[in-house]
Amino acid sequence: MENLIKELVTKMADDALILGHRNSEWTGLGPVMEEDIAFSSMAQDKIGHAWALYRMLQDMEGGQDPDQFAFLRPASEYKCCHLTEMPIGTYEFSLMRHFLFDHAETVRYSSLLESSFLPLRQLAQKVKGELKYHTLHADAWIIQLGKGGAESHEKMQAALDSCFPLAAGIFEPGPDDGGLSDVYPGEKVLQERWMENIYPVLTKAALNLPGEVTPAYGGRYGQHTPYLHALLEEMGEVFRQDPAAAW
Amino acid sequence: MTDSLDPRVNRLRLDNIDAPFTIEEGENWQAYEVFHQEKRGAHHEHVGCVHAPDPQMALIFAKEQFGRRKKCVNLWVVRSADILAFGLEDEDMFANNMEKTYRDASGFKVMEKINKFKGKP
Repeated sequence: MENLIKELVTKMADDALILGHRNSEWTGLGPVMEEDIAFSSMAQDKIGHAWALYRMLQDMEGGQDPDQFAFLRPASEYKCCHLTEMPIGTYEFSLMRHFLFDHAETVRYSSLLESSFLPLRQLAQKVKGELKYHTLHADAWIIQLGKGGAESHEKMQAALDSCFPLAAGIFEPGPDDGGLSDVYPGEKVLQERWMENIYPVLTKAALNLPGEVTPAYGGRYGQHTPYLHALLEEMGEVFRQDPAAAW
Repeated sequence: MTDSLDPRVNRLRLDNIDAPFTIEEGENWQAYEVFHQEKRGAHHEHVGCVHAPDPQMALIFAKEQFGRRKKCVNLWVVRSADILAFGLEDEDMFANNMEKTYRDASGFKVMEKINKFKGKP
């Protein structure tokens, strides 16, 4: 049971860390100053979620120091999904990823409000308000740009087409799935709730879900895109110079 | 073709500098004034402004611009253009004449009476 919870917490933490790092790559390059600040701030929130989850792992049997665990593992031991690993690409790609991912986070953390595992239940209570803002921000942009004329709509549709199969990989049935019914309802249920939440927004934005979708699976089992390796190299570069340094 | 790593440079359309410059619909954003409420029941106080394409986005931007440092429970945004103000040249209307200091609330000396009422020396 504890091992299954560790699987769950690790994949949640790795998703938050990797996407938080990716989104922070927009800092200073956002389309307008206000959006730059908002997007960077939300990236920081994600790093905060990752930190809380790594701390949770540390407190469990055989736990490691959060920094060491976050920065020094080989890529094959990360459990993030492929969606989070992709380069930032265009702004519409990053916005669409933010929209799909944060709605997934919202259904996941809402379900954890009733978890039998106290630390996750407490964290869910803590991040509720942040996620509410993240999805408010994402929904507003998706609708605004989906209806922002032909060129804008076309770009958003293309972003949805490329992000959606990747986002479906968030809900890859993992090693933890099925054995944790008291802790969280499982990926299949979360994916259904996620669809219920994103569909009305996409409809308002006049965007169509792609028909045939092959979910990007593998991340939950340590199989990653080459992009993750490059990201980890860069992210841990300073840390590895002196892993024992106090920050 | 200019192809910078910085998207802001690419957005300037420097590759076609001689073409007539047009502002497309939605490109010209509005300024919104932001009012910040520190606790429930307190006045909303003006803290600055944001640029946004519509009021909803203005509120979303204002939250990160002005709501995350000091304590905040609520924000208002108002389109700057909707604020009616006096002109700078009308400042003379506000000038106080010397002989009207009796209108100045700070002129009333009431602390003595209040302290007396409270029983202080």
